[in-house]
Amino acid sequence: MKVAAALTTLDALPLKSGGRIVAVDWDRLEQRDARRLRELGVDEGVSVEKLHKGPFGVDPIACRIGRMTVALRRAQAAAIIVEPRDTE
Amino acid sequence: MNAAPLVALVGNPNAGKSALFNALTGARQKVGNYPGVTVERKSGRMTLADGRPVEMLDLPGTYSLTPASPDEAVTHDVLLGKQPGERLPSALLVVVDSTNLDNHLRFALQLIALGLPTVVALNMIDMAERDGLRIDAARLSAELGVPVVPTVAVRRKGIDELKAAIGLLATGGAVSVAAGGEELDQNIVELQRRARVIAAAATTEENFRRRWSHRVDAVALHPIVGPILLAAILFVMFQAVFAWSAAPVNAIDAIFVSLQQTISAHMAAGFLRSLMVEGLIAGVGAVVVFLPQILILFFFILLLEASGYMVRAAFIMDDLMARVGLSGRAFIPLLSSFACAIPGIMATRTIDDPKDRLTTILIAPLMTCSARLPVYAVIIAAFIPPRDLAPGIGLQGLVLFCLYITGIAGAMLAALVLRRTVTKGAPPGFMMEMPRYQMPAFRDVALGLWQRALIFLRRAGTIIAFTTVVLWLLVSYPKPPAGYDLPEIDYSIAGRIANAIEPVFRPIGFNRDMALALIPAMAAREVAVAALATVYAVDAGNEATQERSLVDRLRGRWSLPTALAFLAWFVFAPQCISTIAVVRRETNGWKWTGFMLAYLFVLAYVAAGATYWAAVVLGL
Repeated sequence: MKVAAALTTLDALPLKSGGRIVAVDWDRLEQRDARRLRELGVDEGVSVEKLHKGPFGVDPIACRIGRMTVALRRAQAAAIIVEPRDTE
Repeated sequence: MNAAPLVALVGNPNAGKSALFNALTGARQKVGNYPGVTVERKSGRMTLADGRPVEMLDLPGTYSLTPASPDEAVTHDVLLGKQPGERLPSALLVVVDSTNLDNHLRFALQLIALGLPTVVALNMIDMAERDGLRIDAARLSAELGVPVVPTVAVRRKGIDELKAAIGLLATGGAVSVAAGGEELDQNIVELQRRARVIAAAATTEENFRRRWSHRVDAVALHPIVGPILLAAILFVMFQAVFAWSAAPVNAIDAIFVSLQQTISAHMAAGFLRSLMVEGLIAGVGAVVVFLPQILILFFFILLLEASGYMVRAAFIMDDLMARVGLSGRAFIPLLSSFACAIPGIMATRTIDDPKDRLTTILIAPLMTCSARLPVYAVIIAAFIPPRDLAPGIGLQGLVLFCLYITGIAGAMLAALVLRRTVTKGAPPGFMMEMPRYQMPAFRDVALGLWQRALIFLRRAGTIIAFTTVVLWLLVSYPKPPAGYDLPEIDYSIAGRIANAIEPVFRPIGFNRDMALALIPAMAAREVAVAALATVYAVDAGNEATQERSLVDRLRGRWSLPTALAFLAWFVFAPQCISTIAVVRRETNGWKWTGFMLAYLFVLAYVAAGATYWAAVVLGL
């Protein structure tokens, strides 16, 4: 029997792995950032996948959110709580 | 009054709005600005199948109607009929990206709720099909309650159908907005969920994958290959500016020389002939000759923008930009500033964070704009030998590359200092959609180039022609009395001004002619070339020597350290009244504009001095 992996945040999700957004901690985001994230389609239930990371450090990261590829920094990604896709 | 009905084109960024606008209006476009704000107003004439004219208004690409940025505020105000000087549109054309309906339909729903007659263009339908998405336009139309037309704007597909749909709506009569302003504040999340339900209902998914974009990104965003690719693209771009332009530059040069000869042969010697040949044609010709290089640069920038690579470049650069207190968002305005600081500074309005934006504006003039190219090109051609260091790597191109790098390094350093002092604040965020890659449509790139060429030639025909003629008068009059044994120019007004300010510039290795060229170069940097051409043409004394190019004249007159110091000056000096005017408008006053002028002039003076003395010490 497969057990759902523990919840994590989008910034901590390993590269090339995916999952589903289960919650977003809107309150820890600046209002401006929260609005932009909503406009870019961040919402509960949307599938995500971490695709790339900037070459010169830890930031930014590129994630597929729904059908869109979005670049963001880890500080904002930390507010997005993800249930990783089950791994065998 | 314009009787033609006004149709506003609205949509998310990256929906293919500009391509659709070009497809609908062709080259009949008017580009201007909304008063008081720095949002571009683009409109064009479209003719319907039955011959009726329609005025299309291309609104800025935004994600919602929340008026948070100036772009969004203009979109919001135009659509509610609150924008001063703009009619309320009689219909809306909403553009959505077929491959990203989930997201784009949210904005579409918000727009449809306004109550204006609306058509939805289901754009990039070919891409959706390639990704394995089948979209039922009829179903979508039923769900949204408005006509939906599938289009491929870059291939000009679906345009006639779209025009027909617009024709049915745009009757020209004034329409009142049904929804009140309050209803606009609909919850984004709520709308988003509705959008998802509608998108899911209209779409049949067959193994959805963005194959192309994913494959390209695997290379373009690779941690090692990505930055190398970016550096290579920029390097090729700057090499091309020199390599590709040689033939057209010579051709344009030849045209101006033959024009001078023709006029000289058919006009009696005198004031008017001198004014035409030595003042106007020599001056304007010296600037227009650089049109090919400017267009090559714009060509690359338009290509990078249209292909979707520009955002990847921002992604790669974000972390480096963050280290000097900026965000990757600043990269695109700064990269545009390589063509011209004015569109670059105007593009900073997409940066949400005010401090981030202000810093970007203050450093944008350090990016080597195309107006500096004529100055660089002349000095490099005169003093740097055209040797190849390795196959494909010319010394001249390398020096040009170094000048660009110096400007970038100066800008980064300035940002670092500014963000720790005068523009201190919380670090800006970085959030951007990364659009799919697209093959840029030749016509859209050509149209963009054409608009830029017109702007440049208009400048050459007005401000540059005017300043070169004024300068020619300044350097030619008053004429010295008989028996005056110094060069004529020393007796002229300009000679006297230059003599007065020359002591200020002498410590950094500048001679009187250079001090002279800097005065009219405030109008536009490239005028420095025209000014030098005028100064030396006059100094040479007779029109026969007009044929000798400016390059030949500079050799021998300037030492190498002096030439290098002049280059260093132009890397930093804020020599452009138009840029200063734009900064004043964008920062809403003289405070930051004055600050920018002061710090850049000091930087230029120090850099030119350091370059001169370093070169002298090295014995160059």
